[in-house]
Amino acid sequence: MNLYVCIKQVPDTETKIKVNGDASGIDTTGIKWIMSSYDEFAVEETLRLKEKNAGSTVTVISAGPERVIDSLRTALAMGADNAIHVELPENADSNMAAKAIAGALKKETGVDLIFFGKEALDDGAAQVPQLVSAYLNIPSVTVVCGIEYNGNTLKCKREIEGGSFEMVEVSTPAIISAHKGLNEPRYATLPNIMKAKKKEVKAVKLADIGVSSSDQKIKFKNYQLPPPKQAGKKIEGDAAAQAKALVAALHNEAKVI
Amino acid sequence: MAKVLIFVEQRDGKNKKSSFELIGASSAAGNETHAVIIGDAVSSLAAECAQYGANKVYVVQDAILKNYTGESYARALVAAIKTISPEIILGSHTPMGKDLFPLVAAQIDGALATDCTSLQFAGGKLQLKRPVYSGKAIVEVEFCGSGIQMATVRPNAIGLGKPDTSKAADATSITADFSGLKTKILEVVKGNSARPDVTEAGIVVSGGRSLKTAENFKILEDLADTLGAAVGASRAAVDAGYRPHRDQVGQTGKVVSPSLYIACGISGAIQHLAGMRTSKVIVAINTDPQAPIFQIADYAIIGDLFQVVPALTNEVKHLKE
Ligand SMILES: Cc1cc2nc3c(=O)[nH]c(=O)nc-3n(C[C@H](O)[C@H](O)[C@H](O)COP(=O)(O)OP(=O)(O)OC[C@H]3O[C@@H](n4cnc5c(N)ncnc54)[C@H](O)[C@@H]3O)c2cc1C
Repeated sequence: MNLYVCIKQVPDTETKIKVNGDASGIDTTGIKWIMSSYDEFAVEETLRLKEKNAGSTVTVISAGPERVIDSLRTALAMGADNAIHVELPENADSNMAAKAIAGALKKETGVDLIFFGKEALDDGAAQVPQLVSAYLNIPSVTVVCGIEYNGNTLKCKREIEGGSFEMVEVSTPAIISAHKGLNEPRYATLPNIMKAKKKEVKAVKLADIGVSSSDQKIKFKNYQLPPPKQAGKKIEGDAAAQAKALVAALHNEAKVI
Repeated sequence: MAKVLIFVEQRDGKNKKSSFELIGASSAAGNETHAVIIGDAVSSLAAECAQYGANKVYVVQDAILKNYTGESYARALVAAIKTISPEIILGSHTPMGKDLFPLVAAQIDGALATDCTSLQFAGGKLQLKRPVYSGKAIVEVEFCGSGIQMATVRPNAIGLGKPDTSKAADATSITADFSGLKTKILEVVKGNSARPDVTEAGIVVSGGRSLKTAENFKILEDLADTLGAAVGASRAAVDAGYRPHRDQVGQTGKVVSPSLYIACGISGAIQHLAGMRTSKVIVAINTDPQAPIFQIADYAIIGDLFQVVPALTNEVKHLKE
C-alpha cells in the first residue's frame, strides 16, 4: 500500500502565547515546536498498516517553514520511510496549505490512503483534510476513532455529538482524519531518532506545483490576548450557605439559571 | 445589507438551535436571510426557520440524505448555493458543519473561516473573530479577494433570539444529483445519554480527578439533571476512566462556550482552560484557594465538592419548585 500522512508542527500546549509587535502574529522566540497531537494518531495508523501489509511504504508530508523538517524527522524516527517538505509561508491559511499538500500529492502515483489529524492544536480550523479531499477528488471521512480494514474497503467509526457514532464505508483511495481512540501512538526510540537525522527530506517548492499567495483566502490579523478576567466573587460560609448564595447569584445577578 | 444563506442543521428531523442563532443574527442585521434545510422529508422544519427570522426557506430532500455524509450534503448545499447565489454562507461549528463547510468551500472557491466566536456584518461583509492557540489569543479574520464569504460559528457564541411563533413558511424545493457517491453510511450508533452534548449544552457541570471514582460522578449528574446540563470532565478524570473521552473538555477534548460552566474539583490547567474559557459565567468549586481555576472564575467557592455539589442540587430544586 502507498500510505501518506500529513502532519502540522504547532507550539507545545504548555506554551505561553505572546503577541508580536504589530499584532500580526505571535512572538515565536523560545517556542518549543511539536507535532500536533492528533497527527500522532495518523502517523501511528500508517505504521500499523505498513506492518500488516508487506511491501507498503509510508510517506510523511508537512507544509510550512523550514522548522517543520524537525517534525518530519520525528515521524521518520517513529518509522515512516520517506518525507516531503512543502515550503509554505508562516502565516498561510488552510486553503493555501491544502493546495500545497494536494499539489505535492498529485506528483505521487498510486496513492491508497492519506491520513491527517482531525484538527491542528494551533488554529483548530479542521479544514485541510476536507479541502485536500475536494482538490484531489478523493472521498474523506473525518474524526475517525476506529477503522476495520477489509481489502480495499474501510469501515470507519466517526465520532459525532451526543456520544453517537456514524459507521461510514469508503474504498481506497480515501482520506481519513484521525481522532483519539484510533490507536496508541508509539514513541520513537533513541537509535531511530539518530537514524532519522540522516534520512533525506525531499523539498517541494510552491512554484513547482502552481501554488501562490493568490490561493490564500483569509488572513488572521490584530492578534490580541483574551481580555483579563475581573476578579471573581468569593462566596463564603459553610456548604449550605455557599450553595444558597451561589444559586441566588446565578439566578438574580448573572441570570443564567 | 447582504444576501445571506444559513445552512440549517437537522438530525433525526429536529433542527439544531445553533442554526437559529445564525438566522437571528443575520436577520437582526437587516440582511436578506435565506435558510436551507437538507435531509429526507424535512419541509415541516421550515416554519421554525421563518420564526427565527428567515425571509425564505429552501429544502433539499432525498431519501439518500436521511443520514449525513459530507459528500452527499456537499452536493445538496452546492446545488442550493447555485440556485440562491448568496454573498455570505453561515453554518454552525458542529461535527456536521465542521466536516461539510470545507468540502463546499473548495467546490465553490469560497473563503472560509471556521470556529468563529464573534460575528458581525458591516457594509455587506462579514466581520469575524475567532480564538487561536486554544483560546490563548483572539484574532480578527480578513478576507482576501472578493469571493463568497463563509463561516462556521461556535454554538452558543451568539445566543438565541425569541421566535415569532405566528410565522409560517413555504419551503421551496431544490434538487441535486446524488449519483456515484463514494461514501456510504452503514449505521448510526446512537449514544445512550439522555443529557445534552457538552458542546451544545447551555450549562456544563464538569468534574476532575478529585471525584476519585466513576460512581462519584453521580453527584455531578444529579446537579446536571436538575439544571438540564451536560456533564464534562478534565483529562485527568478521563484518563482515570471516570468518563468517556467524548466528555473531555480542553485542548485535546471538546471546546465549549456554555452560558454557565461549573468546574468541580478541577485545578484549571492551561489545557483545560483552553476548552472552556469562553464560557459566559464560570463557577469554580475547589478546596485549594490557590487553584488556577479561580483566576478565571466569576464565582469562587472554596470548599469540598462532596458537600457543596449536593447542597447546590438541593438549592436548584428549591428554585425550580
Ligand atoms: C498535550 C496535553 C494536552 C492536554 N489536554 C487536556 C484537555 O484537553 N483537558 C484537560 O482537562 N486537561 C488536559 N491536559 C492535562 C492538564 O494539564 C491537567 O493535567 C488536567 O487538566 C488536570 O485535571 P484535574 O484538574 O482534574 O486534576 P488536578 O490538576 O489533579 O486537580 C484536581 C483539583 O481538585 C481539587 N480538589 C481535590 N479534592 C477536592 C474536593 N474534595 N473538593 C474540591 N476540590 C478538590 C484540588 O485542589 C485540585 O485543584 C493536557 C495535558 C497535555 C500535556
